[in-house]
Amino acid sequence: MTIPNTRIIAIAVLSSTALLGACAKKAPEELPPTPQATATPTTSGPSTAPSGPGVGTQGHFEQAVGSNAVVYFDTDRFNIDSTDAAALQTQAQYLGQYSQVTITIEGHADERGTREYNVALGERRANSAKNYLVSLGIAANRISTVSYGKERPVALGSNAQAWAQNRRAASVVIN
Amino acid sequence: MIMRSYLALSLALFAAPLAAQNEDLGEPVGEGGNVETAFEESASDEGGLTGSVTDESDWQDLGIAIPAFATDRERSTPANASGTGALGGEIARVITSNLRNNGIFKPTGPDALPKPSFAQITAPSWGSWSGRGAEMLVKGYVRARDDGRLVVGCYLYDVALQDELIREGWVVRPADWRRAAHKCSDLIYARLTGESPFFDSRIAYIAETGPKDKRVKRLAIMDSDGANHRFLTLGSATALTPRYSPDYSQLLYLSYVDGNPRIYVYDIGTGKQKLVADTGNPTLAPRWSPDGRSILYSMAVNGNTDIYRVAANGGRSVRLTNTPGIDVGGSYSPDGQKIVFESDRSGSQQCYVMNADGSGQRRITFFGGRCATPEWSPRGDQIAFTRIAGDFNIAVMTPAGRNLRVLTNGWQDEAPTWAPNGRIIQFFRTARNSGRSGLHQVDLTGRNERRLPTPVDASDPAWGPIRP
Repeated sequence: MTIPNTRIIAIAVLSSTALLGACAKKAPEELPPTPQATATPTTSGPSTAPSGPGVGTQGHFEQAVGSNAVVYFDTDRFNIDSTDAAALQTQAQYLGQYSQVTITIEGHADERGTREYNVALGERRANSAKNYLVSLGIAANRISTVSYGKERPVALGSNAQAWAQNRRAASVVIN
Repeated sequence: MIMRSYLALSLALFAAPLAAQNEDLGEPVGEGGNVETAFEESASDEGGLTGSVTDESDWQDLGIAIPAFATDRERSTPANASGTGALGGEIARVITSNLRNNGIFKPTGPDALPKPSFAQITAPSWGSWSGRGAEMLVKGYVRARDDGRLVVGCYLYDVALQDELIREGWVVRPADWRRAAHKCSDLIYARLTGESPFFDSRIAYIAETGPKDKRVKRLAIMDSDGANHRFLTLGSATALTPRYSPDYSQLLYLSYVDGNPRIYVYDIGTGKQKLVADTGNPTLAPRWSPDGRSILYSMAVNGNTDIYRVAANGGRSVRLTNTPGIDVGGSYSPDGQKIVFESDRSGSQQCYVMNADGSGQRRITFFGGRCATPEWSPRGDQIAFTRIAGDFNIAVMTPAGRNLRVLTNGWQDEAPTWAPNGRIIQFFRTARNSGRSGLHQVDLTGRNERRLPTPVDASDPAWGPIRP
């Protein structure tokens, strides 16, 4: 029963993403380079690619989900919008396939916030992403969260584009 | 054999978390000695001069001559390689820079003045000082006792009246000689302004080095003028938001030493620390109550952050806020009856006041921007906060949220902390793009702003009370 449901959600989410794609205002304009030739886990497992990173590693996760490992937020917001939902759907598919993998979601804020509020905000964002994965059927005890507030920016400028890239929840596999 | 190795293993198991918790800590710095008052007699016991320091431009015109402190006889002291005579010059220099750097007076230091003899300390040659345009005269002496301690005497004279205004003396360990200079600065400041003292106090802050995306953040402490600087953590774990306990024996701060944001209480004497609330949830924004008996902290549970209180010696935590959203920080009124804190329950960060038990929560800011990091003045009459309205500035308002005044105009000025007397506010300023940060302070007029020099970049200042 859960599989068809999930699939329906996925289809709904993906189609709405396609419709909204043109006006997805908060997606960063400059994304980090996507890993080339994203391998679909269903077709190329680690057994058929012995030279690549193994299951349970960050490399394997990144190769499978690509830029969908990170979701982005509007200023002071923590809601999961359609773009975020599509990315988390990809993560959920990976986690559904590799049930032994656990992840940590790192919540972040941009520098244009006070320090303590940003730690709390990063925690909220990480939990939003976690709750969405749990709603897709991933066990809560496989997902931990940590907030870094504004302490670990990925984009170093002080402009709207950099801030958009820093307001994020990044899923990582820690082994 | 088997028994013994089993014991060793279990010991190791118990020791491991403690070792991990302390792994970012440097050597303990120990605690300073006491400062004993040597004499308190005074020629005049009137209160301060009339006028308010809020209009400090008046005071900047007040010429104060601060010649080198004299010594009864030259003796060697660990406080100064050249002996007590040279130390007297250093003490006068510290007092001069204290009074000048805070924009309060117009002092002239020992390097531009004749050096009085020991006999002249209590018998100034009035004519020579009035001829220099000095309205006030500070004199003093330093004497090394046979037990190695130093006696420092401090005298304030009104040159026009040819009269002594106040005198005091202190006995200090040689290592604490700067405290005598700060005590003398405080004596002068309090006598001339009628305000409470603030120089003999310390500041905890976060020392920052490295690039913006790999910032190393260490817990550090220093005197109010930046002297006696010490790093307390090594920098392997990010440290944030320290707070001195009212008696200066402990520091609360946030550390990522176990990988997660958690608040610890660090004991300055032993150099050891422990978790404040061992709940498995992220904890942040630690604050002391004015009597040091309670700790406020914020805790995120499933992403929802609320404010809690726990006794400083442990026990059960009491939850003070329970709205969905981010309730964080908190600062007690000086009488311990109320707490000002920030919350985004209305949709954006705003400041709220509640009773110390969490009852009676009400919003106090409605100015159109956001209100963050509120800090109640030690005098009780003002609340300083980070005003977010485009840029980030330091502002003050009454505890009812009225009479808002913006004191700074940086791009990102954040996290005000009050001088012990509630007349000066310290904060940190972050530069656009580079992310470089430094400590600044501003008086309540907003006119006297200066940067406090630190060995490396600096943020999250927390000014402690007058030292015991």
